Amino acid sequence: MIFKTASHAFRTAIKGLSLTVRHLFGARRSRTELNIKKDNYFEQQDGVVTVQYPREKMPIPEVARYQLQVDIEDCIVCDLCAKACPVDCIEIEAIKSPEAIGKTSDGSVKRLYPAKFNIDMAKCMYCGLCTVVCPTECITMTNEYDRSSQKLTDLIYGFSDMTDSEVAQRKAEWTKFQAEKEAAKQK
Amino acid sequence: MLDTILHILVPIAIFTFIAAFTLFAVYAERKIAGFVQDRLGPMETGKYGSLQTIADILKLLQKELITPSSADKILFRIAPIIIFVAVFTGFAVIPWAKDFIPANTHTGLFFIMAIISIDALGILMAGWGSNNKYSLLGSMRAIAQMVSYEIPVGLSLIAVVMLTQTLNLNEIAIGQGILTDGSIKFMGIWEVNEIGGLFAWNIFQAPHLVITYIIFFIATLAECNRAPFDIPEAESELVGGFHTEYGGIQFAFIFLAEYAMMFLVSMLGVVLFLGGWNTPLPNIGAIRLADWTTGLAWGIFWTLAKSLFIVGIQMWIRWTLPRLRADQLMSLCWKVLTPLAFLCMAISAIWRILVIA
Repeated sequence: MIFKTASHAFRTAIKGLSLTVRHLFGARRSRTELNIKKDNYFEQQDGVVTVQYPREKMPIPEVARYQLQVDIEDCIVCDLCAKACPVDCIEIEAIKSPEAIGKTSDGSVKRLYPAKFNIDMAKCMYCGLCTVVCPTECITMTNEYDRSSQKLTDLIYGFSDMTDSEVAQRKAEWTKFQAEKEAAKQK
Repeated sequence: MLDTILHILVPIAIFTFIAAFTLFAVYAERKIAGFVQDRLGPMETGKYGSLQTIADILKLLQKELITPSSADKILFRIAPIIIFVAVFTGFAVIPWAKDFIPANTHTGLFFIMAIISIDALGILMAGWGSNNKYSLLGSMRAIAQMVSYEIPVGLSLIAVVMLTQTLNLNEIAIGQGILTDGSIKFMGIWEVNEIGGLFAWNIFQAPHLVITYIIFFIATLAECNRAPFDIPEAESELVGGFHTEYGGIQFAFIFLAEYAMMFLVSMLGVVLFLGGWNTPLPNIGAIRLADWTTGLAWGIFWTLAKSLFIVGIQMWIRWTLPRLRADQLMSLCWKVLTPLAFLCMAISAIWRILVIA
């Protein structure tokens, strides 16, 4: 009994040791193909698999669930993305305009000014629901993923291109328009 | 006066060597671990991470010494010193080359066995003094393990000493090469005094000494609490075992002792079985390879090379085999290694009477 166990232990130990020594000397090579789309990706089963990240990068799909990007010229400030967001990381403030401002690249009419369009990427859970609901496809996910920063507030991305004075001016315009409409009703 | 200076310089030299070896061995360990697991190991500090361990030790030296409030302060403080000194003193009687030995004593081997046992005491002090259940469990396991495994180690040493007839490590090493006065027989039949090299090593002087060396190697692996016998530390069960509460330079000393112990037992195995500082290259007719590669510098080189090779095997085993359970550890010691070591000792006695004399 004890001989059987001991010899079995010895044999299995030798087996394991020969396996690890093969890997030890196999570490002279490292996996060259990093792109999983290539046919030969799974052929290289030996060698070091570490990807030394900041210096080496793995190829990633062009459009996948990474950082959000908003083309503010195409945005009609419909607030659908903010409503769709499960974690409420999108904050939008709209200012109504008396007349149509212009058209987006797909022909939708813009009637609202985006006074504030902030996305808190620290809260974002990368579900991509906002990109699905967007009627003009102005909110998209890019292939950018490494945006680490020292401050948490750096992760709140502001996409609105309006300055404070512009916001004040547009607000004033809308109040004036409202007042004029009110006055016309009174007559 | 010169003697006094020498007596101070030699320990300093050995300590410097242990520190340098530990830095190198930790780096090697992490690299080997990486390669075995298809990783790269440390890569960021210095070229190929070569400055990683120096950065580690600088960090450890700067750390504050924290003594837990409920710890036994005296035991807690002196335990790392005892653990380290026990191993450090062991280096006193091991030869590096012919007559190049800190203390040439007649009872060298006995001295090593005695002094290494104190290591267990230091570990118990560390575990008890920490006043932490994990530390105590770890040190209890360590004591059980080290006391048990001292028996196969001692028996396998006796098996060799029966053939060498001396406890002086310097003489044991001389008896395994071309510089010996006595006769060396490869496997007890072929006279190899002139040929020397690999064939004159103790491990090949009798067939059962190969098994004895394997027993010695496994048992010493357990003595230094290395994987697969690392149940005293067992980081996945006991946090850090007996050194859970230690930090800073105290932890560095425990670590230093662990690696010094690895080197010490490797070196002891090399001196007793693998020819010590003798060259592995034999004389072949007119090509006097053994004569050419014998000398002070060569002796140190061969001792270092062989010991580092054995340390490399210890690391290789650590990153291959899973940890033994406590009861498996004990049954391996008492049911397999101890009877086998007894058998080897008996064969040695018979060999001494029938073959050599």
